[in-house]
Amino acid sequence: MVSSVIHIVLLLVMPPLLLGVINKTKASFAGRQGAPITQPYYDLARLLRKGSVFSSTTTWVFRAGPVVTLAATLLAALLVPLGNHPALISFTGDMLLFAYLFGLARFFTTSAALDTGSPFEGMGAAREVTYACLVEPTLFFVLITLARMSKSLSLTPMFTYPSLPVWLSSGAVMLLLANALFIALLAENCRIPFDDPNTHLELTMIHEVMVLDHSGPAFGMILYGAALKLFVLGALFTNLILPFKTGNMLLDWGIFIAAMVYLAVLIGLVESVMARLRLVRIPQLLVAATILSAFAMLLVVR
Amino acid sequence: MDSAWCDLVIDPVGNLLVAVVLMAISGMPGLLIRRPGVGQRLAVVVTLIATLSGAAGVFRILAGAAVSRYLVAWPLPFDGCELAADHLSVLFLMPLLLATACCALYGRAYLPAEQHPATEKRVTLFLGLLSASMALVLLARNGVLLLLAWELMALSSWMLLTTDLRDAQVQRAGTVYLLATHTGTMVLYLFFSLLHTQTGSFVFPADHSISSQGGIAAVMLLAALIGFGAKAGIMPLHVWLPGAHANAPSHVSALMSGIMLKVGLYGILRVVSFFQTVPLWFGWLVLLLGGVSAVVGIALAASQRDLKRLLACSSIENVGIIVLGLGMAFVGMANTNHLLIVFGLTGAFLHLINHALFKPLLFLGSGVIIHATGTRQIDQMGGLSRRLPGTGLLFLAGSLAICGLPPFNGFVGELFLYLAAFHEGMHAPLPFMAFTAPLLAVVGGIAIITFVKLYGLLFLGTPRRPQSRHGHEEPAAMLVPMVVLAAFCLVGGIAAPLLARLVIPAVTAYSGLGQSLIMELVAPVPLLTVSIMNAVLLGGILLIWLLWRQMVLRRPVASTDTWGCGFLAPTARMQYTGSAFAELSGNIFDKSGTPSVRLAALQPLFAAPSRFCPAATERMLDRLLIPAMTGVDWCFSWLRRMQNGHLYLYMLYIFITLFALMVWSYL
Repeated sequence: MVSSVIHIVLLLVMPPLLLGVINKTKASFAGRQGAPITQPYYDLARLLRKGSVFSSTTTWVFRAGPVVTLAATLLAALLVPLGNHPALISFTGDMLLFAYLFGLARFFTTSAALDTGSPFEGMGAAREVTYACLVEPTLFFVLITLARMSKSLSLTPMFTYPSLPVWLSSGAVMLLLANALFIALLAENCRIPFDDPNTHLELTMIHEVMVLDHSGPAFGMILYGAALKLFVLGALFTNLILPFKTGNMLLDWGIFIAAMVYLAVLIGLVESVMARLRLVRIPQLLVAATILSAFAMLLVVR
Repeated sequence: MDSAWCDLVIDPVGNLLVAVVLMAISGMPGLLIRRPGVGQRLAVVVTLIATLSGAAGVFRILAGAAVSRYLVAWPLPFDGCELAADHLSVLFLMPLLLATACCALYGRAYLPAEQHPATEKRVTLFLGLLSASMALVLLARNGVLLLLAWELMALSSWMLLTTDLRDAQVQRAGTVYLLATHTGTMVLYLFFSLLHTQTGSFVFPADHSISSQGGIAAVMLLAALIGFGAKAGIMPLHVWLPGAHANAPSHVSALMSGIMLKVGLYGILRVVSFFQTVPLWFGWLVLLLGGVSAVVGIALAASQRDLKRLLACSSIENVGIIVLGLGMAFVGMANTNHLLIVFGLTGAFLHLINHALFKPLLFLGSGVIIHATGTRQIDQMGGLSRRLPGTGLLFLAGSLAICGLPPFNGFVGELFLYLAAFHEGMHAPLPFMAFTAPLLAVVGGIAIITFVKLYGLLFLGTPRRPQSRHGHEEPAAMLVPMVVLAAFCLVGGIAAPLLARLVIPAVTAYSGLGQSLIMELVAPVPLLTVSIMNAVLLGGILLIWLLWRQMVLRRPVASTDTWGCGFLAPTARMQYTGSAFAELSGNIFDKSGTPSVRLAALQPLFAAPSRFCPAATERMLDRLLIPAMTGVDWCFSWLRRMQNGHLYLYMLYIFITLFALMVWSYL
């Protein structure tokens, strides 16, 4: 019971913190002091209190975009185990619903972008759907490999399966999976090297350009939804690379929170030391991630 | 009353036969009535009555009523003319009846006789004949009867397709379709002749009664795959499909794409059931063809610029997904892998029903759009959701469903195929089958590209060209059939166990496995959970929407132009076009679909002219088949001297042939 409460609270409250940690890391790498790590919370609170501006070309689809995206992401978040704690909802085949809920979110985000009639947002929408399409096979290879290793068809047993003995006995597979999933994580959340969340007006960007016309509470929902998606996919990744189980509930939660913060630092590190890839190189990296995950599958099949 | 006539009311197959006859004659009274519109209205009423009669038969068979075989007396020397309906026929009859009713209702508003007096009789007559002949194919239990119905189906759909005869594109599409369908039929003649040599009768043999060993069986299976597969639009045999579906009137496209393709799949399923087992190579071949059709079909669809051609290419993809499921089941039958059989068949059957719901919905929607704008070019549209709000919402529902996204029905069918792949990945010693899951994921990803592009560019943004003023708005008679189809799509997602219950009898009958075994295998599939999750998703969307409205309404709301990044005079033509939207993915998945661009070379002072050529739309036909056919034509041109138009010479040919045959029999 206590564990479930912690679970829900963490799921709802922690996501913006990751953005704060990433930005703090990047600032300290650049030699700046940077915004406090709670800045994203202030941003959200401010956006929710703001008025809205709607483009006169838009219809209800533009308004529904952030709503459906947030609802789908929240539902997907309920299917993911956090650390060693099982997901709130778990059933056979939940990984498929998980993947398709993100598909629904993508459909509405990109449709809302097209609703503005802006060429920039059309460009962003085209990129978003195309790159996400290249990430899908990576995710499914990772899922099948884990399904085979853990002999289960649900996210909770699949992602609570990795343990120290597993890492020691099939380290190569786990390493390949972790790498592939990390690349997928960066691509899905539009981080460097795929997209730069800091730029708002360059022709190379993907996610930020799609949400140019949103404002006020709707934009707050988009920011929160993006943070939640980072949290959810990040939780999958930390489950994969965190083979420790103490058995103590509170201690496990502590480990999970620390791991998520470290993950945010890691992403901040990547963003600090890498430049964004040229647009034509992005598919190459994504296909490389797919091949890594396919290798992992071949290794467990052999 | 005569007992035979009573049977037609009491017996489920009798109900179906009544439906077939009523559909077939629905257009005939109109031929005799001169006043436009009367025959059309009469046909709609008769078709609706036929559908109700058919639905009664279908539901009684689903409920487990005893099924009788009908033997019709006919004067032809091709054995008994048997008609019957089993669960496999019923599976295909369900969507057929629904789509027939919807398309008949829609057709009245789409081509109203008062405005199109020239085409009224043609469309009304052949629409009824098309539905009736498709149903007859499903009921026929005699090879010759099936071929007759098959030919009637091909010809009536050709007559419908070429409704707008003066259009050069329609003429070309019609010719290609006629050639393709008859090439397929020719292979079917081969199949049924071989079947006759094996069983000694044109009546269908009992299930699993023919040996699947040896060369003849292999030739028969391949002939059936080619002959029926050409009608289904499986990948190398799809050349006729995009043109035919794009150029037919929209409700005919809906019927052709939603149902007629499936009749081809029915043929393959029926033929496979004759054989004792399925050879393993055949299963893998079907699986491979399905995978290729799915990926290449959707990659083609993504780069299409014509609204209906895009939908047609997406039909190739969906048929590919169904065939992929059938391939899984056939491989499972060859290996006696029960889970693969049941999941493959259930997934394929569910997707078959689902596609017969959302594809007609989208085609009917495209008809409304074509009426309103007078064009099929995606790049010239935009902002339609203001003019056609109802169609916009229904088209969105269809687009979400066809991408397999929750909370619609498309997800339920794909769930089974994914789970089959995951199960194989989990347990099989060599899980090649598991590779179908990433493949399906890519197909789903490209489907989202395709349908975001389609929906976004048709309905969102602002109109890219000034739109025709004379185009009319959405009449209720066109919206009602679409609402029905969309409602089925949503119910299929929210009540997934009900949807599954429709196909489980067909899976049980076709797989030959026990009911309890199938229930045991299907039980872990979270149909109920998925339904609940879909309902929760809808509830969550509603809740967040209400919260958001509260937040927005409490603060000032302003309206202004879309932000142009500082540019002050944006025009509608600056919007992203469909070609631009699909170019990025086209570069990765379908390079040949991208337009050729020659940028201006910089001369000393002025740039030379640039060139932008849209890619050809029918590459396989234009570059491969037509040159090959021209070669064949050249090789056989000497034979054409025999066809010289003199009747007496033709009679001489017949005489010589008969004489030669007679002499041969004496040798």
